[in-house]
Amino acid sequence: MRGYETFCMSRIIIEFKDVHKSFNGVVVHNGINLSVREGEIISLLGGSGSGKSVLIKELIGLIQPDKGEIVVLDHAITGMNENALIKLRGHVGMLFQGAALFDSLTVFENIAYPFREHLKLTEKEIRKRVAEKLKLVGLSGIEAKMPAELSGGMKKRVGLARAIATEPEIILYDEPTTGLDPINAQRINELIVELRRKLGITTIVVTHDLHCVKTVSDRIAMLYEGKIVAVGTWQELTKSNIPAVKDFLSGNICV
Amino acid sequence: MLKNILIPIDEACKRVIFSLGQATLLAMKGLGGIFIPPFHVKLTLREIDNFGSGSLFLVDLIALFTGMVMALQTIYGLSYYGAEMYVGSVVSLSLVRELGPVLTSIMVGARVGSGIAAEIGSMQVTEQIDAMRALGASPIKKLVTPKILAGMITLPLLTVTADIVGIFGGMIISLFELEIHRTFYINSVLSTVQMTDFVSGIGKTVFFGFLIAVIGCYFGLKTTGGTTGVGRSTTITVVTTSILILISDFFLTKLFLVVF
Repeated sequence: MRGYETFCMSRIIIEFKDVHKSFNGVVVHNGINLSVREGEIISLLGGSGSGKSVLIKELIGLIQPDKGEIVVLDHAITGMNENALIKLRGHVGMLFQGAALFDSLTVFENIAYPFREHLKLTEKEIRKRVAEKLKLVGLSGIEAKMPAELSGGMKKRVGLARAIATEPEIILYDEPTTGLDPINAQRINELIVELRRKLGITTIVVTHDLHCVKTVSDRIAMLYEGKIVAVGTWQELTKSNIPAVKDFLSGNICV
Repeated sequence: MLKNILIPIDEACKRVIFSLGQATLLAMKGLGGIFIPPFHVKLTLREIDNFGSGSLFLVDLIALFTGMVMALQTIYGLSYYGAEMYVGSVVSLSLVRELGPVLTSIMVGARVGSGIAAEIGSMQVTEQIDAMRALGASPIKKLVTPKILAGMITLPLLTVTADIVGIFGGMIISLFELEIHRTFYINSVLSTVQMTDFVSGIGKTVFFGFLIAVIGCYFGLKTTGGTTGVGRSTTITVVTTSILILISDFFLTKLFLVVF
């Protein structure tokens, strides 16, 4: 962790401005305001169903907010057409909660997918790059395997390799350590930090795993009742007097 | 009291209209994908294989027995008028104009439509559709368009084989029940069935193929609620496809009768 001061000078590349979203009358976001600076790792903390995953899906236009503005890499996402969104998504990688690997494709084809969509590369070049990404996540030589043959931790790492395939400027992790044993969870945490160190990727981690938050984050944003109620470093949050933050960190009540 | 009855009806109507609108939009986008590059030829060929070769045996088996039972019933009916010899004409006309297209479409609708809904539904609940979009691909171009195209190409071809096999089934029964010579049977078929009969039968299946693919994709993409949701989507796809095939068959038949 580099400390928030390091990033105060870097530019804001993601900004949520007064974002509102509800599903069938249930309010999920009730005026979200959040800025993310280039190169930082920010964790979004909040209870299950608090709308953390929705927030990062809104960030790449998978879900449209009802009101408000989201700016990513100087582009306003809200109201953008699908073609413009597709182009922008080339700069953003996302690791889904269940890895979301395509079952019908091999590990190789899964990682090659974004290359085929965004870049015009030769088959030889794609093979080389896929091998590189697999090496980066510590899974060399499993190109021919099908997703069903992989363990949960391996799936997450292949998902990660796929998310970073096109060397995005931003990466979004949706519950990266959920459902993993402590060793695999730690491995993922180390990878998150390692990838930022090697590639300088701006990172948003959505989680309710406090260990993960503590290990990887420069800053933490706490989502509660549709709003960001606190933003700060781990130390700042642990000293917070806000009841929702105190209760969540101490596990007192179900937030 | 009246309010209690009318409000649910109003809400149900709104839901149906909303779904209809969504499905129409999906159909239009899917159809548009046929003409707008990039074209996914490999994916389309894979879907054609799934639609076609997987259903061929099933469709032809059903057609064979339908042709045979049609011949049995026709011989029984025509015997009242001493016109059993015309069995080939009646069987072939019914098969080519109506039974071949409709039975083939319902069988393919049940087999392939449910498969499409299950495949896309599972992808939806495991976030693979979101992943596809996040990776910069369009699920419409990658999933919906190839299936629509495959349905529209394959169903007419399957129907042609079903028509032939069904007529052949009728010939077997005519041979064994009435000892009608095959040349006479084939001649009566050829002299009865006109090009317009063939076109009106096959023409309908292009629309049915489109319908099967769109309904399967629509319910697949709408899936929520995990594996139970996938099961629900599969069931509703089969039911909706079968009903819509039979309803649209009536209107298409009427239309073709006016046109030809």
